[in-house]
Amino acid sequence: MTEQLWQVHFKVHRQRTGGKPYVRTFTLDVDPEEYILDAVERIWALHDRTLTYRHACHHSTCGACGMRVNGREKLTCITTISSVTQNGGTVRIDPLRNFPVVSDLVVDMGNFFLRMDRSGFNSVAPLAAACLPYEQPLTAENSIDHEPERLVDCIECGLCISVCPAANTDKEYVGPAVLASLHLMYVQNPTQEFIDQADHHTGLWRCHSAYECTEVCPSGVDPAWRIMDMRKKVMSDRIKSIFRPRSSEKKNAQPA
Amino acid sequence: MKTTQPSAIVIGAGFTGCALAYDLAQRGFAVTVVERGELASGTSGRTHGLLHSGARYCVTDAEAAIECIQENMILRRIAKQCIEYNGGYFVALDDADLGYAPAFFQGAQNCGIPVEEIDVQRALAAEPALNPKILAAYQVPDAAFDPLRLAMAFAASARQHGAKFNTFHDVVGFLRDGIGNICGVSAVNRHAGQPVDFRADITINATGAWAGKVAEMAGISVPVRPTPGVMVAYEKRVTQRVINRLCEPDDGDILLPQRRMAVIGTTSFEVEEADYIPVYPDQVKQMHQRAALLVPELENIKMRGAYMSARPLIGGLMSGRSLSRTFKCYDHQTDEEVNGLVTVTGGKATTCRVMAEKTADLVCQKLGWQRACETAQHPLADYHLYYS
Repeated sequence: MTEQLWQVHFKVHRQRTGGKPYVRTFTLDVDPEEYILDAVERIWALHDRTLTYRHACHHSTCGACGMRVNGREKLTCITTISSVTQNGGTVRIDPLRNFPVVSDLVVDMGNFFLRMDRSGFNSVAPLAAACLPYEQPLTAENSIDHEPERLVDCIECGLCISVCPAANTDKEYVGPAVLASLHLMYVQNPTQEFIDQADHHTGLWRCHSAYECTEVCPSGVDPAWRIMDMRKKVMSDRIKSIFRPRSSEKKNAQPA
Repeated sequence: MKTTQPSAIVIGAGFTGCALAYDLAQRGFAVTVVERGELASGTSGRTHGLLHSGARYCVTDAEAAIECIQENMILRRIAKQCIEYNGGYFVALDDADLGYAPAFFQGAQNCGIPVEEIDVQRALAAEPALNPKILAAYQVPDAAFDPLRLAMAFAASARQHGAKFNTFHDVVGFLRDGIGNICGVSAVNRHAGQPVDFRADITINATGAWAGKVAEMAGISVPVRPTPGVMVAYEKRVTQRVINRLCEPDDGDILLPQRRMAVIGTTSFEVEEADYIPVYPDQVKQMHQRAALLVPELENIKMRGAYMSARPLIGGLMSGRSLSRTFKCYDHQTDEEVNGLVTVTGGKATTCRVMAEKTADLVCQKLGWQRACETAQHPLADYHLYYS
């Protein structure tokens, strides 16, 4: 602890499974450079053992601790208290939007993780295999000066889905992280399987181009650009396919 | 010999609990996991993330080093999806480090750890951010892993063999049968605030640094000391390999590249209570100084996060049986005449699979169930499938 402690009021979303939501306030003396997740953990440890929240790595590698802090999506393990409030201030803590709330700050990531799985995504990959064909792989030499955007940095925290206005109006929308993953898979290996997951009204074409996903990503991934780029590629492949005989026609053309 | 399907409760869903759930489920047990928080929300999630080659221990504790290199090779095969194959260097910064080098090189070779001395100029070419004053460098097969996803991969594999996971369920007591044997646990479903009982032939306490507290609910003493250490993450991946200081295990002697970050660790001190351990600024400062010794530019790179992780160190004179020096497995029937409860604690993330194997061997032997461990042979299920 440094000498200067702040008094901060944490207004925390509470909700039992199936119960009505309410807000409970906890007032803590905090080091302003502590992280929001540390404060949440302290509320659980020292003030209210019934509080539920998700967390694991505490340094932004796992993606478990996404919450809304004063209405904005944050990875709470790397969000300092001083970055969201001041001495005597109030911090509102809510669960992510656009995911079912299981209880308090815990949301159900199941559907999202299964979609990520279907899209072929793996969050931990050898660096050389993590880039698009035209992206420069990250090496010791270029990492010092260049920090290319890479999808593999996605930690599946769900912030992009929580912040997305399209996801907020359409519960079926697959969302930015999944589409970004499909973009990578499609560019590396353009199979029908990946088009089928993306090329429909709750996929690529639902995005409003709000770019909130790119803005919020704590890992510097650019899902919005990936969605736009995949739209171009899917359109261009559709047009090209008009000039190619369809496989069914070929079959029919065979003499019986 | 038992012929009907045996059942087991595993308390704790850290690395040990998830690996044990998988091992037992794969051997045919009906497994129920009871965990008070999210997967890996205790020590496991907050690990440094180093898949040890064992070289860190090859001089001070050969047994631990051998266990690490064996498990390192197995996890590389079965948990590929969770690992960044970075490799690692041990670097000497002063004469004392150089003096340690012969014992280190010999020790690593004796333990079966592939170790190679690298010419200093070559090491600096491969890792330009390293302190240019290094005097020697050795290459070992260290790697970095993603902690939550490693636990999830074991849990996904367990679920594919029928294991049931009850996260956010707090164990509040043990259930006993008419003659005092433990036959399950009472828990509270924290999502709903409802009490719930789970029953099984055997209960395994796999709660790591909390093993003493959980055993206490059964009136049993397990000598575990929560021993936290601090880790500091930086905004930049300054090296591509794990950088270890070539010296006896010490504070801040390991700098790990993970995703776009560098993570330095760690310290060591004992606490009574592991539920909340503040991050002490003086320890963060100490890590910062240590990190800058290995990679000078870290002096000016922004910190991204700092966190404490409580290792489960085993203290006191051992009454329990020792299956390995690095972790312990207690059959409370032999020691305290409490039947139906086994405790496993200690160990390291790198050795979680073998901890599970040895514990499951003991459980099988107790219940007269003869099925061999196969967890080293098959790749783990995709981590996403924990949610399937």
